[in-house]
Parts: sequence; C-alpha cells; structure tokens
Amino acid sequence: MIGNDRVEVRKTHKLFVGGAFPRSESGRTYEATNSQGEFLANVAKASRKDARDAVLAARTGFNSWSKATAYNRGQVLYRIAEVMEGRKDQFISDIQDAEAVSAKKAATQTDQAIDRVLWYAGWADKYAQVFGNTNPVSGPFFNFSIPEPTGVVAAVAPQDSSLLGLISVIAPIITSGNSVIVIASTASPIPAITLSECLATSDVIAGNINILTGDPAEIMPSLASHGDVNALDLTGITDSELQKALQIEAAGTVKRVRSAPVNPDWRATPSLSRLRAFTEVKTVWHPMGM
Amino acid sequence: MTFQYAPAPESTAIVNINSSNDLFINGEFTPGHGAPFKTINPATEEVLAEIAQANEEDVNAAVMAARKAYDKSWSKMSGRDRGKYLFRIARLIQERSRELAVLETLDNGKPIRESRDVDVPIAAAHFFYHAGWADKLEFAGYGDNPRPLGVVAQVIPWNFPLLMLAWKIAPALATGNTVVLKPAETTSLTALLFAEICQQADLPPGVVNIITGAGETGRMLVEHPDVNKVAFTGSTAVGQAIQRQIAGTQKRLTLELGGKAANIVFDDAPIDQAVEGIVNGIYFNQGHVCCAGSRLLLQESIAEQTIDSLKRRLQTLRLGDPLDKNTDIGAINSREQLNRIIDLTKSGEEEGAQRWSPDCVIPEKGFWFAPTVFTNVTQAHRIAREEIFGPVLSVLTFRTPDEAIEKANNTPYGLSAGIWTEKGSRILAMANKVRAGVVWANTFNRFDPASPFGGYKESGFGREGGVQGLGAYLTSEESS
Repeated sequence: MIGNDRVEVRKTHKLFVGGAFPRSESGRTYEATNSQGEFLANVAKASRKDARDAVLAARTGFNSWSKATAYNRGQVLYRIAEVMEGRKDQFISDIQDAEAVSAKKAATQTDQAIDRVLWYAGWADKYAQVFGNTNPVSGPFFNFSIPEPTGVVAAVAPQDSSLLGLISVIAPIITSGNSVIVIASTASPIPAITLSECLATSDVIAGNINILTGDPAEIMPSLASHGDVNALDLTGITDSELQKALQIEAAGTVKRVRSAPVNPDWRATPSLSRLRAFTEVKTVWHPMGM
Repeated sequence: MTFQYAPAPESTAIVNINSSNDLFINGEFTPGHGAPFKTINPATEEVLAEIAQANEEDVNAAVMAARKAYDKSWSKMSGRDRGKYLFRIARLIQERSRELAVLETLDNGKPIRESRDVDVPIAAAHFFYHAGWADKLEFAGYGDNPRPLGVVAQVIPWNFPLLMLAWKIAPALATGNTVVLKPAETTSLTALLFAEICQQADLPPGVVNIITGAGETGRMLVEHPDVNKVAFTGSTAVGQAIQRQIAGTQKRLTLELGGKAANIVFDDAPIDQAVEGIVNGIYFNQGHVCCAGSRLLLQESIAEQTIDSLKRRLQTLRLGDPLDKNTDIGAINSREQLNRIIDLTKSGEEEGAQRWSPDCVIPEKGFWFAPTVFTNVTQAHRIAREEIFGPVLSVLTFRTPDEAIEKANNTPYGLSAGIWTEKGSRILAMANKVRAGVVWANTFNRFDPASPFGGYKESGFGREGGVQGLGAYLTSEESS
C-alpha cells in the first residue's frame, strides 16, 4: 500500500450526453456536499442548452436502440449490471457520502440497484409477450397488438435514492427501446456520475442514456415543451407547482406524463407500470384469404 | 342508355323524436338549467328537436349522482352482475338497432347503410365484448386486484355519436366505474335514446348520466373536482386544452385525437382492391373519421393508373339523401365543419395542388361536399399536414419503401396507416416502421371491440378496445 502522503488524483464530475462526458456548455458548476454540508465535488450544472443537446443525442440514440433486437437490449442491460458489479466499492462509498447511511445500507442499495438492472434485462425479450397479443376480431383478419417504445423520455430521478431510485427510473424506460434524458438527484448527484462511467463502458448505444446534473426546475421546462421529447417521467418532482407547470407544458405536443409516485418503495419488486407507461400499443390488421 | 336508381329511403316512422329533450341524471330525465339549443338534420337543415343545455348546477348534479352510484351500488356489485347489465344493454341496442340507425342518420347526416351496418352493430358488440370482462378483470394483466377509478367524465365527438358512446361507456362500466358523458352538441339524440335503454335495462340510477351541451358544459365536466378520470375523443386542440386543464390534479386521462393517416400503395398491390380501400379510407362517413386515410401515398410507377381508376370509381358514388339505402356519401355534419372543409380545400388550390371532383348533383338544402381528390400535393401543403375531416384526399407519390416511411411519418399525428402490397414481408416491415397505433394491411377502417384503437404522438394516448383498453379504467398496479 502506498503511503498516506500520496496526493490523490481527483475526478472532474461532468455530464453524460451522447456517450461523451461534456462539461456544461454554460461553464457552470455547483457544489455537491455530503449530508453534513462538507464539500465533495464541483458538479456540472446543466443548462437548458445542455438539455436540448441531450434531446438531439437521445433522438439519435433512439433511432438505433429501438431497432436493436429484444435479445440484444437484454444483453446490453445485463452488461450494465456486470460493469456495475465491478464498481461496487465506488458506489458504496458514493452512496455513503451522499446519503449519510452506513456502509451496510449503502452496500444493500448497491446490490439492489444491480439486481434491478438484471430484473429489467430479463424483461427486454418478454414484456412484449405480456403486453401484446392477438385479437379475435369478428372477421377474416389476423389481428395482433404489440407494444413499441414511445421515443425520447425526459425523466427526473428521485431526490432521496441516489442510485437505486435512479436506476429504477432509467431501466424500465430503456428496456422497451426508448432513450432517456435523466436529471440525477440534485443534492446527491455523484452516484449518478459513477453510473454514467459504467454506462460508457457497457455497450450502451451513444445517446440512449443521457445523465444531466443540475436543477430540474431550471432544466425540465425546456424538456417538457420540447417538440422532440415524447414523454415525461416526473418521479423526482416533489414540488406540486412545478409538476403542474410541467404537465401544462407537456400538453403542447400531447406528451405522455408519468406523475411523481406517492411514497415509493424502491426496494420492492417493481410492477410493470413503468414499462407500460412508456410504450405504445400498435395494432395491425391483415386479411386472411386464399 | 343509363340506368337510374329509384329512391329507396328508409322510413323514419320507427323513430319518435321528442320536441324537447332533458338531461339524464340519476336515472331520470331532468330539465337542464342552461339555455336549450336546437339540433338539426344536416341533410335538410330542418330542426329535429330542442336539447337541454347543462349548466354548472346540472354538471354538479350529474357528477354527484355518479359518485353516489359508485359508492352505493356499482363499485360494490359483483363483476358478474355488472356484466349482466352490460349484456342487457348490448341486447337492447340490438333490439332497437333500426331505430338507433335511423335516428343517427337523421341527426348526424351519415348514410343509413353505414349507421345500420357499422355504427350500431359495432356499438352493440362493444357492450357484449366488455360485458364478459366485468367478472374476469383479475386475468387481464393489471395485477391480482385491479380496482376502478371512480367517476369518469367522458366527452365524445359527432362523427360516430353512438359508437363513440359505446367505446367510452362499455369499458368504464365493465371495470366498475360510473360515468358522466357529454355527447357532441350537434349529435345528442342517440345518446338520449341510449339513456332510455339504460332505463329499460334497469341500470342502477346514476351509473350512467348523459348531460347535453356545448364546449362549456364539457369544460365544466372535465374540471369538476370529483371526477377521477377524463376520457376524450375529438380534436387535438381540445385534447391539449383538457391536458392543460387537469394538470396538477390526480385525474387520469386518455385522449383519442386527430390524425392524418398515410394510405400507402405499392406497385405490386392489387389495384382494384386498393382503390376500394382508398375510397373506404377517405370517403367513409364523409371523411369525418379521425383515422381516415387522408394522405394517399402512391408508388410512382402506378400513380397515374391508380388515380385514373380512383376517379372512375368516384364517379359511381352516390351523394344525397342519407336515409336512402343506396347513398354512399351523406351530409356534412354541420355548417361549421363544411366551412372548415371549404377553407382547407381552397388553400389546396391556392398552394398549387390540382383539384378534382366527380360530377355530382349537390342538393339545394343541407350541408354537402363532393368527394374531392387533390393531386400534385407536396408535403408542405396545408392539405397534406392538417386534418380536414372531410371527403378530401391528398395524393402524394414515392419511389422507395424508405421514402414512403419517411413521408408517412412526417406528421405530428400517428393514429393509423394503410399498406397495400402483395408482399407479406413488406407489410410487416412497413407496419413495424410506421409510427401509428393502428395499421391496416390490404384493408382500411376496420373496427372491432377486441382490437385496441388509439394513437401515437399528437393523436393522443391510451387505447380503447381489447385487453389494452381496460387499463385506461383501472388503477395502475403499483406505487413506485
């Protein structure tokens, strides 16, 4: 072991957009602190322009990711879990710093987060069998319904569950083939930045997952009114006035909006409602005849 | 020598229209407190009846009746018994089908052939289909104990008045919700006849409430604080307004809005069949169909030939008395809608598209619009972008499947699409790439209660029909 006098190499905490790690175009940062208020790092403070750039990246990512086979999407999700497993110690230390919890609790949250990714990895090639079906219409037609991804989803991760909550928001969105722009917990952004480093090395298609750090109240309105965003996940918006304002903006292009859940328990096995919220059912009619 | 069709009008003796009509609240017909308005036959401009206008007091009474029915009877009733009421309603619609069809045609202007063979039988089928779900909801994939939402506010359009009522009320009731429904201002009569059917079925009072009125009545209903869910079918502009109105509330919402569907014909398609599908796609119900195939995309090599066939076919369509059993094109539902169609078709000419209509005699009274085809249309033209909601087809061409997809998806809407080709693999590839909720391959404008219907993008969200449609009226499975 190297002696304690070694000066450590510190990390610059940046955004994750289009598979790259840019600083905010605004040049702004804000201080991430631990629960005692002690300085942890300067974190990029994303601007509305960063959000628009992320939409562009997410649309590009969607065009490839939504065409990937279900098997392939499952493999990439599994790969995310693999890489996260290798970074466990860092996640535990990040969560401990961010949430003022014991090492044991931080380890449990990390394990659950990794297992959550695995859970959704398995869903990638199954959810369509659960949400889709053939329809016995009264006529000589073969009629079937299949779920398809909605498109680009702008999401706000929960404020208080910096890794498990974050992953529980991201994973169902991308499992079905959507792209996501997610705003990490404002107070505890560092686990999200570590996650972005996992994603960058997990065969995730560039732009499929974009992670912004900053203030949702500043960033989300421009995403809620953006013409190329198809849906909003307002999980982390606890301010009811902001939630309402974003819902009003969303109506401009008839976005699908998932409101903030009441008392979410991130440890519980999820239902399928998150997967369902960001899929569209397509029904195809085909005549039967000789 | 030319053959003439003899008139073959359906008798109106079967319907008995009240000269003035009340609201249907808590199982009783009760007078409204707003200023009554008149509903006319759009084919003759004759007044059919006076309709009550629900004001705030009436909206309150209707929501209160629905709440009481939800708490006291409907949410506590077994699914089996709820289903029995729905089966009764299905049968009653069948029993009174001719009456409903004639009344629909009088009030809406659609050909009797369509109200008789499409609107009314499919409305009955919706109740029959959903009746069977009422005691099987735990098998529908929404968790072990899916629960109703409560009081549902439903606002429907004038293009398929009874059918849209059925699409809304049948799933809401099957899942254990109670309903306050507002029909469109110009087409209230079949909804009021449906209220009578609810009485004949002995449906518990308050489970279904019908309040008539204009947009303001709808707005008050949607904004009522004791409403748990809003289901709306209509224009995208009104859908957006509703989405804004309920922002910040816990109300659930489903929207079925406008469309600008591409009907894509490849060079290997059976042209005669495709022409029938094109005609059905845009001239069915005078084009008052949100999923109408209003943009025809023809592969370049067959464009000329297909347009010629189409024009020949259109010359055989009969426009006129909607009650005549041989009528293909009925009346436009209102002067307001006719003006909108006139305005948009004028813009088509002004922007350089070429307009064509068959020779047809337009009746002197009433609202009519001859079937119209625009060729030389570009994607920038208003008639290629905006929903016309009339018998107006915009023809564009393409060379490759990729170009067809690009053009088909180049719209903020995403309700439906048609694909015409003999090649099965091409159908599936195109169906996969087109961003629309319903795709018809070698057919168009098919509807069935077992088949989910609804849009992508600005055509709205949520589905109606099928197992997917039930989700719109049940609690979601979880908390987080």
